[in-house]
Amino acid sequence: MNLSVNIAGVEFKNPVTVASGTFGSGAEYHEFVDLNKLGAVTTKGVANVPWPGNPTPRIAETYGGMMNAVGLQNPGIDVLCGRDIPFLKQFDTKIIVNVCGKSEQDYVEVVERLGDEDVDLLEINVSCPNVKEGGIAFGQDPKALEQITKAVKAKAKQPIVMKLSPNVTDITVMAKAAEAGGADALSLINTLTGMKIDINRRQFALANKTGGLSGPAIKPVAVRMVYQVANAVKLPIIGMGGICNYEDAIEFMMAGATMVSIGTANFHDPYTTIKVIDGMKKFMEEKGIEDINEIIGCVK
Amino acid sequence: MSAVKLTAKVRSQKKLASDIYSLILYVPEIADQAKAGQFVSLYSKDGANLLPRPISLCEIDHEEGTIRLVYRVVGKGTEEFSHLEEGDCVEVMGPLGNGFTLKDKRAILIGGGIGIPPMLELAKELNCEKNIVLGFRDETFLLEDLEPRGEIYIASEDGKTGVQGNVLDAIREYEIKGDIIYACGPTPMLRAIKEYAFANHMEAQLSLEEKMACGIGACLACVCKSTEVDDHSHVKNKRICKDGPVFDAGEVEF
Ligand SMILES: Cc1cc2nc3c(=O)[nH]c(=O)nc-3n(C[C@H](O)[C@H](O)[C@H](O)COP(=O)(O)OP(=O)(O)OC[C@H]3O[C@@H](n4cnc5c(N)ncnc54)[C@H](O)[C@@H]3O)c2cc1C
Ligand SMILES: Cc1cc2nc3c(=O)[nH]c(=O)nc-3n(C[C@H](O)[C@H](O)[C@H](O)COP(=O)(O)O)c2cc1C
Ligand code: FES
Repeated sequence: MNLSVNIAGVEFKNPVTVASGTFGSGAEYHEFVDLNKLGAVTTKGVANVPWPGNPTPRIAETYGGMMNAVGLQNPGIDVLCGRDIPFLKQFDTKIIVNVCGKSEQDYVEVVERLGDEDVDLLEINVSCPNVKEGGIAFGQDPKALEQITKAVKAKAKQPIVMKLSPNVTDITVMAKAAEAGGADALSLINTLTGMKIDINRRQFALANKTGGLSGPAIKPVAVRMVYQVANAVKLPIIGMGGICNYEDAIEFMMAGATMVSIGTANFHDPYTTIKVIDGMKKFMEEKGIEDINEIIGCVK
Repeated sequence: MSAVKLTAKVRSQKKLASDIYSLILYVPEIADQAKAGQFVSLYSKDGANLLPRPISLCEIDHEEGTIRLVYRVVGKGTEEFSHLEEGDCVEVMGPLGNGFTLKDKRAILIGGGIGIPPMLELAKELNCEKNIVLGFRDETFLLEDLEPRGEIYIASEDGKTGVQGNVLDAIREYEIKGDIIYACGPTPMLRAIKEYAFANHMEAQLSLEEKMACGIGACLACVCKSTEVDDHSHVKNKRICKDGPVFDAGEVEF
């Protein structure tokens, strides 16, 4: 039985990774999960310098999901390279580094710094506010997205995965822009912008007022977008958004994802990744599937 | 030693006051490693409520392999837990957080409202002179458990038990003395205690609270401001679930 998949020339032992920001750098979840079993670990978004993030409350539970406005708190690229990458190198798994920034220069700086590091893929989070463009996210304007993709691609030594925001009218326009900019792969979806109000205190549930909705509540939207993008561009896709079990993971792959990421589900059950991998194997056995690649995008 | 997540069996559940429950879980894997000031995450069976509910350890019985949780029903999760009965199962992760650092000094233990439960295990573990100050809204709970563990002083908002007012009113009224404060309770109470401790040159360990998602230090949901740049985050933020919930008063700004 073959579970290995390939994205931009990188071979993963299985198609399961974790969604950036839900797993830290793996150090905390390593008490629960044998990281050697994961296809890859995707690290929390990292910028050129430490970011303090947003005030609290940073999260709120919603029906079948949660909202977060952590604000990309991160210790900066030096700490990632000095502490987190060496930690992950102890394990037999691939490393995907998620990168964030407020300007093109920020992204390029991080990507250049990662050039000498032994990491496998760079996932570029374009949902951060673009300070120069007046606060519009790079991920919401196709021209800005194509430009940032080009700039990052020109300096990157590793293949780049552009992580798309679902907060757009037509996701395929964004996917095509990233493809035109030279992306090697796409990942989707990031969180959907939402809001929650505490009616007793007459206040927003989050200090940031709005937050990103994740978890099972967003899964149908994510599956639809993965399907649309898979049919609009030729790039391989890392699919995510509410995956809680192997059935969900298979659904994303049938829609067109080559890999899947487990995010919010880790908070409910830290063993989710391992359960998904085991469940996939069982599903393949039961259905007589020899190679997991057979099912990628099999539903047309 | 590390945290685990597993299915625990309910030993018993008892109602202590109108909305306050005491739940005893059989989980030797957690009880064996746990200490005062740490907490566990409890999980709802309803998939609509994804996130864990952090609850402090009120008592730990290493011999029996049980932990006791005392909690107030405030929403969907705690409402569900209040229906658990002997023999039922519940998903639990722990022990989580750092816990109190026990010092051999004259201690003042302060619990406000639903911050009282962790003071019971702390009082059991501390072998020194203990003054225990409790703040209640109206109804009291856990008094019979705490009475044998130290000198008890009470403040209540309605004034029906002890001093009318808050825990600091009780401390002033009864002229309670000590060298170290251990406290858990609502944020405004902790803020006032921090000021009181500084003014009186006392050491204080405060147990803080914030909304949590992972409970193990990975997601950065539950931070509080720290006075110094933190070793892990490299910014002035500490994770309440991992670096806390107990902090030295001077370490944090809230
Ligand atoms: C370290 C720590 C220890 C705690 N110990 C105790 C205890 O011993 N006894 C007790 O009664 N309560 C304790 N709490 C508070 C307890 O976690 C909340 O009352 C509980 O999560 C409410 O859940 P719910 O589903 O009933 O409420 P809902 O309002 O339906 O919860 C919705 C979401 O908000 C979160 N939430 C709501 N209130 C709080 C809160 N005060 N703190 C953190 N998250 C919250 C819930 O976990 C859930 O994710 C503690 C909190 C922390 C952080
Ligand atoms: C607490 C939290 C933090 C996140 N941080 C990041 C981040 O740093 N970078 C990023 O690209 N996405 C981040 N995300 C988005 C996730 O990686 C993922 O795209 C999204 O949550 C959808 O997947 P899920 O429903 O499985 O969680 C974060 C999500 C959550 C819940
Ligand atoms: S709850 Fe995730 S870091 Fe504390």
